[in-house]
This record gives sequence, structure tokens and C-alpha cells, in this order.
Amino acid sequence: MLTAQGFSKAFEYWKLFLQGVACTVSLSALTVVFGFILALILAICRMGKLKVLKALATVYVELFRATPMVVQIFLIFYVVFDGVKVLPGYKLFGFIRFERFFPAVVALSLNSGAYLSEIIRSGIQSIDGGQTEAARSLGLNAWKTMRFVVLPQAIKNILPAIANEFVTIIKESAICYTIGVQDIMSAVNAVKGATYRMGEALIIATALYFCLTYPTSKIIAHFERKMSVGDKR
Amino acid sequence: MSVTNDKLIQVKDLKKHYNKGAIKALDGVSLDINKGDVMVIIGPSGSGKSTFLRSLNLLEVPTSGQIIFEGVDITQKKGPDGKKLDIDKHRQKMGMVFQHFNLFPHKTILQNMTLAPMKVKGVPQAEAEAKAIELLDRVGLADRAGAYPIQLSGGQKQRVAIVRALAMEPDVMLFDEPTSALDPEMVGEVLDVMKRLARNGMTMAVVTHEMGFAREVGNRVVFMDEGKILEEGTPWAVFNNPQNPRLQDFLSKVL
Repeated sequence: MLTAQGFSKAFEYWKLFLQGVACTVSLSALTVVFGFILALILAICRMGKLKVLKALATVYVELFRATPMVVQIFLIFYVVFDGVKVLPGYKLFGFIRFERFFPAVVALSLNSGAYLSEIIRSGIQSIDGGQTEAARSLGLNAWKTMRFVVLPQAIKNILPAIANEFVTIIKESAICYTIGVQDIMSAVNAVKGATYRMGEALIIATALYFCLTYPTSKIIAHFERKMSVGDKR
Repeated sequence: MSVTNDKLIQVKDLKKHYNKGAIKALDGVSLDINKGDVMVIIGPSGSGKSTFLRSLNLLEVPTSGQIIFEGVDITQKKGPDGKKLDIDKHRQKMGMVFQHFNLFPHKTILQNMTLAPMKVKGVPQAEAEAKAIELLDRVGLADRAGAYPIQLSGGQKQRVAIVRALAMEPDVMLFDEPTSALDPEMVGEVLDVMKRLARNGMTMAVVTHEMGFAREVGNRVVFMDEGKILEEGTPWAVFNNPQNPRLQDFLSKVL
């Protein structure tokens, strides 16, 4: 049962929720940046001529897409970083525990990189080969062709799919509370531990997640309109 | 770079095979393109004429044979200096115009024109833009510099594509069916630009179905079929006195 009293009790922990939001946002933002860079490298490897890189990238993508996120996070945190033993116990902004936060960023980036690379690959392959031919015949090398001709068009085409992935990252990041990252979900857990009530805290968390994801997709939709300027007659 | 003779491009026994030789798109083509030549390549579809043209700047990588451009065999992995051959360097000197224009849709006309000069040659933006406007003015499109390709007609797009290639100051221009995708009323404006280019001494290799252009502007006409050159000569000789029966048959269908 949700009660007004329950809510006012949960609101007493507003500082935890606020810190949770800051944590979720920075976790997602870093994941987006690293995930995108990784995805770009993976996509280029998969489309490239080098068979070894192609095979490695393919194995990587398939592996990460075929295993549960929570398993990946535990593997990164407990096995790769050996729990909290490897990283220094340093606090970001005075409250985010780096030794838990960093493995979470790594795990989320590795995971979303796999998904994003498939989106980027399909976007690059959707660009007419004539564009590459025109650029190469003007003397642009392969990288400059990619950078100035193919990628800008590809990214425009896949922006809705990328936006979707960014929103997914924000939501998926909630799983990081299982390794002790103090995100929004961990604030819920803390309130539950202190008050023996979870419903009200969950409602607050729901509202907070929505307030993060909804504007994100709106902002990207705005850029999408701006970038489609060459499409209009 | 100095060229000792007037041969700009020498092609020697060029072959392009698919499926381990089952399909022979080019089956031993040898040809010289001299400075100032306007060489028109004609032939039925599937004759290998586009493949041949696209091989000249290695958009198609030939199975065997040599392409010697300005004294350098560009089919080799290594250049004459022993270092890895930089094909991008040679491509800068070969402008190419495509059937489907291939303008960059996300860039304005001006940006289409300045991209390669700025990013490849390092020309300063102001200089590249001034040159682009001058070139656009020559084809009557200076007022469309800020437009996007989608806002242009097919004929306008192709004229932009031509001057975009010219902005790199190439030594030869390759045209791959430049008017085939155009509405009939726009063919003339593109051919006019090409004629002026030819008159100004540009070396050109043109794959086309425009026999009038071949007759009027070309100084050499090459007839290809099934991956081979079957006849070559002056426009007058090829059109008025064809020797090869396949050429005779082809001309009877297109003229």
C-alpha cells in the first residue's frame, strides 16, 4: 500500500535520490561516449578487409549480445577488477565510489558498444556506394571518406536507433546497483532498508527515470530535425 | 611532373575477370590516351566500357594488365620510389563524373566543391570557396552555392559534379555515362559544359550513348563489345565507314 506518510518518509532521503540521479546520469553519459567509440571501432573492424579483426569483432559482438547484462557486470566487477581490491577507494564528487562506479562504466560500455556497433554498421552500409566512389575519386583517402562523407550521412540515418540505445543505457544502468553503485535504484534500496517500505521509493525512482529518458529522446529528435536539412525539397 | 611523351594514360592488356575467369568484363584492353584527347567510348550495355573507365582510376581493380598514368604504373603496389603507391595522389589528377552525379547530399553545393581541395590539398577555406564560386559561375550556378543537392535539377546536379571534379585541377576527366540519368531536356546543358571543357583543351575519356556528342566533340571514338576494343578511329571513320560487323550492327540500332 502506498501512503502519503510513506512518501513523506521516502522524501526524507531526497539527498540519496539526488545523488542517485547524478550517478545514473554520469554513468550513462560516460557509457554513451565510450560505448560509441568502441562501437565505431567494432563496426569498422567488421566491415574492413582484415579477416582477423573481422572475426574478433564478430565474436565480440555476438558474445556480448548473447549473454545477460548482469552476468557481464558481475564478470567485470568480481573477476576482472577482483571486487574492490584493484581500484583505489576514491570518491567522485565526494559521494560516488570510484572502485564500484568504474567497473560499471566499463561493463555498460562494453555491452552497449556491441549493440551500437550493429546499428552503426547498418547505417554505414545503408549509404550508397556512389558516395564513397565520388569521394575516393576526388582523392580523399578511406578515412577522410568515412569521416566527411559516409559517417555524417550514416549517423543521421541511424539517429533514431542511437537515441533508442541511449535511452536503453539509462534504463539498463539500474542493474549497476547490484555491484554497489549508488545510482537511483540503490537509493530505493537504501530507503527500503531504513523504512521497511519500498513502494513509495519505487514510484519516485520511476518518475526520476522517466524524467531522464523522455527529454533525452526529445533532444535527440531535435538534432535529427536539424540534421535532415539536406533532405527537404 | 614532366611527361616525356604526350601519352597521358597508357593501358596495356587490361583484364577484369569475375568468378575466376568465368565472366570477363575486360578481356585484354590496350589503349593510349594522349594529352588533349577527347576519347569517346561507345558500345552496347555490358560491353565493359564503364568497367574500363572505372579501372582507369582503380575504382575497379583490374585482374591483370597495366595502367600507366603520367609515367607511373598505378596498378602496382609500390610506386617508382619504392614506397607504397599512394593511389589517392593519382586520383586527385583524374576527375570523375558519374551517371548518378553522386553529390554529397548533406553538404551544400559550395561545401561539395570545397571538401576535397580543403581536406586533401589543404587549400585555405577562403581560397577554395573563391575558386568554387568562379567554377560555379562558369556553369551558371554561382547563385546556387548555398543550396543543397536535393534542391537542384538533374542537369544542375551534373554540372556541379563536373565543376566539383574540376576544383581539384585534374589532368584528365573521366565521364561515366554523364547524361544517361537525365531527363532529355537537361542533356543539352550538361553536354554544353563538356564541349566547352573539350574546347579548352581538357583531356577527356567519355563513356556515352550520345552519338551526336561523339561525332561533334570527340577526336577518337572507341567501340567496345564483350570486354574488347573492336574498332577505334576518328569519329568520321567509325560512324561513316565502320568495318567491324558488330559495330555496323550497333550503329544501325542507335543512329
